[in-house]
Amino acid sequence: MAANTETMTINMGPQHPSTHGVLQLILELDGEIVVKATPHIGFLHRGIEKLSEHRTYHQTIPLTDRLDYLAPMSNNLGYVLAVEKLLGITDEIPERVQRIRVIMTELTRLKSHLVWLACHALDIGAMTVFLYCFRERECITDIYEKVSGARMTSNYFRVGGLADDLPDGLEGEIRTFAESIPAHVEEYEGLLTGNRIWQKRTIGVGEISAEAAIDIGITGPALRATGVDWDLRRDNPYSGYDDYEFEVPVRKGCDTFDRYRVRLDEMRQSALIIIQALDKLKPGPILADCPKVVLPPKKDVVNNIESLIHHFKIVTEGFKTEPGEIYQSVEAPKGELGFYLIADGSAYPFRMKIRPPSFVNLQGLPQMVEGKLLADVIAVIGTLDIVLGEIDR
Amino acid sequence: MSDQVIVEKLKEKFSSEVLNIVEFRGETTVTVKKEQIVDICTFMRDDFGYNLLCDLCGVDYLGKAPRFMVVYNLYNITTKQRIRIKAPVEEQDANIDTVSTVWGTANWHERECWDLLGIKFNNHPDLRRILMPADWEGHPLRKDYPLQGPDREPYKGRLS
Repeated sequence: MAANTETMTINMGPQHPSTHGVLQLILELDGEIVVKATPHIGFLHRGIEKLSEHRTYHQTIPLTDRLDYLAPMSNNLGYVLAVEKLLGITDEIPERVQRIRVIMTELTRLKSHLVWLACHALDIGAMTVFLYCFRERECITDIYEKVSGARMTSNYFRVGGLADDLPDGLEGEIRTFAESIPAHVEEYEGLLTGNRIWQKRTIGVGEISAEAAIDIGITGPALRATGVDWDLRRDNPYSGYDDYEFEVPVRKGCDTFDRYRVRLDEMRQSALIIIQALDKLKPGPILADCPKVVLPPKKDVVNNIESLIHHFKIVTEGFKTEPGEIYQSVEAPKGELGFYLIADGSAYPFRMKIRPPSFVNLQGLPQMVEGKLLADVIAVIGTLDIVLGEIDR
Repeated sequence: MSDQVIVEKLKEKFSSEVLNIVEFRGETTVTVKKEQIVDICTFMRDDFGYNLLCDLCGVDYLGKAPRFMVVYNLYNITTKQRIRIKAPVEEQDANIDTVSTVWGTANWHERECWDLLGIKFNNHPDLRRILMPADWEGHPLRKDYPLQGPDREPYKGRLS
């Protein structure tokens, strides 16, 4: 007798520990096989793009912290680079600023990848990795706190420079930390890479071909795991990235396991970039010399009337830009983070569009899970490394 | 191939469609009529290798005619080049053809553009709201939509 089967629709999220925030998935199941997956987003929508149209260019920087809140400095960097390009002061940025920005964004990449690995492994059932990763992440949040006063929402970069110089002694601390990273990554690999359970849960899971990934717009480590050798830091360098030697890890497996290996290799490369940047770091100004648009150094503000006036004007009314439109993107830990800015000559952006990597990468989820097991949905959400703050904006 | 060469070839092929070409900070923006946007995008993808649609968004120029602009930021992964295509959309019955057949990624971007700006995308496979709740009224990113939301005190700016 032929069994009568029918599909069942279940709801996953927005309150679910494995959806990494407020993601809701409507899953149509045939037994344990996913027939159809429909993501629902927007639960964390705060209207950052609308808000930015009513704020000066500087006032928007703290909002960008709250996009991908696991990698705030990458967002800060993307935004300030976009405003600097709009102003045409990209070449005025002092060398020290560029180096510190590189150090901080690479630390941010480590921070983001550590949370990704911790949660991804925890979702699949490896509890120990979670604790190890958060131990290292703690060092980075400490560094964050020392440079910016905040452990997560840093708001450290400014248009044309930085909020403050690195505190004394921090360079040594960052160096010690960066030098310890390869051994830590080795440790995570020892726990996972050869582990049979890990391999069974990741190899061949959530496959997507290079053509399909480009068509759906997937960028970052997820695209590099399909064999596409493309990294904005190397191919469209910004903030002096062409000055460092690093490899772009590429794998061809297209699955969850290779995405895992690409990200681990990226962590090793980030540590190398940080050490190179520290070697090349020289004393110098931390703000560009463009008094009309860049905040004057703090010590001048209290000693010099002209700087005080500039400071006052920039803080209260902001600076005006020439009308025009630009698109600037950076290689954020999750992929290409782009800012499209339109200026109309006033002190506020006329329109700011953020291109969040997680938003676009999540769009690939249905084709990665349909026809696969329900348990693989958890692995695929983890491997896409999504952050809902950035998806919903 | 430099941006100029690409723009020249685009002008040659779609001479009556190209409205305007602007270069600003080393970025090229081509404004085209919306009628043949799918053909133009297919041409950009197939002949010039712009295989990645980085971003698609709408802009509201309230008070100008046509009121809206749909912007396509394209990228070529092989040559690492960027170019921007824009198409004006009038206020009355704002609509434009979908490019989700050209780049699959346009699907969600167009849903977002519909949700926040109220521009319809003809032949879109699944044009629903994406960020706002399904029963939301109005399109929040329009310039005439109040920042505080409907039925609330207007925003008076920062008081301190």
